Amino acid sequence: MSVAKFDTAHEDVGAGRASLGRLVFWLASIAFVAVAATQIADSAGFLSLGLTNWRPTLYAFAIWGVALSLSQVLSLGEVGQQRLFVLPALLFTASMVIFPTLFGLYIAFTDWNLNAQSGHHFNGFDNLRTLAEDSYFWNALTNMCFYVLTVAVQYAIAFGLALLLNADIVGRKFFRVAFLLPFMLSPVAVSWMIGKSIMENRFGPLATFARFVGWENPAFFSTPWVARTSIMVMDSWVWIPFIVIMLLAGLQALPNDVKEAAKVDGANNWQTFWEITFPLMLPVSLTAVVLRIIFELKLADIVINVTSGGPGGATDTISSFIYREYRDRSNVGYATMIAEVYLVIIIIFITLLLKSVSKYMRKMT
Amino acid sequence: MHPGSETQLTAETAAATQEVEDDGRSLAEVVSHVGGRVLIYAALLIWTFIALFPLYWTLSTSFKLGRDVTQGHLIPWVDFAPSWKGFQALGLSPDTIFAISNVRAEFLNKFTNSIIASTGASALAVLVGSLAAYGLSRFDYKFGSWRNKDISFFFLSQLILPPVVLAMPFLILYKGLGLLDTRIGLILVYTLMVLPIVIWVMRDQFDTIPNELEQAALVDGCSIWGAFFRIILPISLPGMVAAFILSLVLCWNEYFFASLLTGFDAQTLPVMVASQTGSQGINWWTMAALSTAAIAPLVLIGIFLERYIIMGLTAGSGK
Repeated sequence: MSVAKFDTAHEDVGAGRASLGRLVFWLASIAFVAVAATQIADSAGFLSLGLTNWRPTLYAFAIWGVALSLSQVLSLGEVGQQRLFVLPALLFTASMVIFPTLFGLYIAFTDWNLNAQSGHHFNGFDNLRTLAEDSYFWNALTNMCFYVLTVAVQYAIAFGLALLLNADIVGRKFFRVAFLLPFMLSPVAVSWMIGKSIMENRFGPLATFARFVGWENPAFFSTPWVARTSIMVMDSWVWIPFIVIMLLAGLQALPNDVKEAAKVDGANNWQTFWEITFPLMLPVSLTAVVLRIIFELKLADIVINVTSGGPGGATDTISSFIYREYRDRSNVGYATMIAEVYLVIIIIFITLLLKSVSKYMRKMT
Repeated sequence: MHPGSETQLTAETAAATQEVEDDGRSLAEVVSHVGGRVLIYAALLIWTFIALFPLYWTLSTSFKLGRDVTQGHLIPWVDFAPSWKGFQALGLSPDTIFAISNVRAEFLNKFTNSIIASTGASALAVLVGSLAAYGLSRFDYKFGSWRNKDISFFFLSQLILPPVVLAMPFLILYKGLGLLDTRIGLILVYTLMVLPIVIWVMRDQFDTIPNELEQAALVDGCSIWGAFFRIILPISLPGMVAAFILSLVLCWNEYFFASLLTGFDAQTLPVMVASQTGSQGINWWTMAALSTAAIAPLVLIGIFLERYIIMGLTAGSGK
């Protein structure tokens, strides 16, 4: 899979260039700290520069990033040139993720409310205590378990569809495009197309169909389990194509001779599937399922736009719950605490999941 | 995708047909074979119906009047007469397209925002991500105790991070930085969102290119950057297109950040669609027309650039 790496050729970097590199780095660092300190002093009221936003600090940081990259090339030569490939992405991701996450940790321990006149105050573990007693949070967490479990159903359906597409059929290209299309659509559009119109109780085609089958007053979003199932159906409609495509690629990469051998041995299709195809597909399957679970944990758009978590929180996901906490109450401090706790839960869950299945998965990093 | 697989399958089909003809299977076997075929096509058609009906419904509803919706009419020209009413409200029907329309101006504004935010973010992510992916595929890094494996894991682990964790801090930070409700702000967030995926796709792409190619260029006196731009970039272009299109789709459809970080100026299409859905007493035909206009670019990408989407999604699987 991976290619043999280059030998790192150490060219001699002149002492002059090396110290120039260090100089550039330190100058930029000092400049960045100076700008940031000036802005902090300004916002604290020690200076009155009348700056309206923190952009100067942002620009100083960007310049610092460029200077850091430049100094690497100057003082490390070829190694620096190699590092220059990965540095922009590293700096970008680190500054866009680590800083907001740390800042988020700070917000999470305050009573920050965007509507409050009195500003925000550190309030210790109050948010955490509120969270422990918030039945809506636990309810949303339980719902997440149900949503994650539907991935199994999606996987089963997707495997069936992938096998169909892999059979020798006429017009495979047409079917592949048709199967892929739901994945291309925005969840918001799907919310209207399916949730608000096809599943509309009076005129929606699905309601008409339900009446035809014998459900007298079809209502797809009024009782908890029906509503939850409706959300699951829409979510599956969008995401099944993703699993199908991954599984289909796996199926097409299977060595044909193994199956031929099984045929010669007189195994029927059912046996061939369970004894040969399925085990061979295990690595691809697990990768697809793990990725799907990771995406499922972010489920929000459809819930926000179709049910807003109702009825009575039955369809709530953590993300949609946090969204409402912010939209309806501007409660940034508490909402961030929920998000941080959720992040910890996700990290633990995914780590355990990867630990238990990574042996069988294809290599990811 | 394996280019050979289609021909391989055709050959297989031919072999299977021949088998049936040659060894003269019993009638029962032929019947069960035909039955199997029928079942396969029936299943395929059922799922095609499930996948395409909502699209058909949305498109046809955008040409319906209220009574056609309430009476459940489905087929144009047969049980309802198509009308431009839905598109009229958006200022996009033939008779209003040259008239001044505020709704159309707003719609086009959101449409432009969506295009700028998604292409900007995808281009930035492909640029930065390809460089990083190339570096990770070719060189051995040592940043303190961090090796290639750790750096790759750091990038990939960003996939796990749910948007809600970053949303609130970004909201407050962007307010301080004056980036709230700007396209630049959205581009930065979207780049962060698709970067891990781009790096994954591109690293897989670079791993399949033998490094003898650059080695030769290096011997000829190219620098590593020169070799990358002159030799590798042209070869890996299909992978970059795949990564770009996949990012484009994800950014175009993004709703969560867009709804929190934009107000009016930089609002994107999904936020506009969502704000219409929320209002009471929605006009079905207008909503359908709006949805149709919002999904049309993606459906076109899905039909014409399907190859690249699949290439992007299946990077690294089973090779």
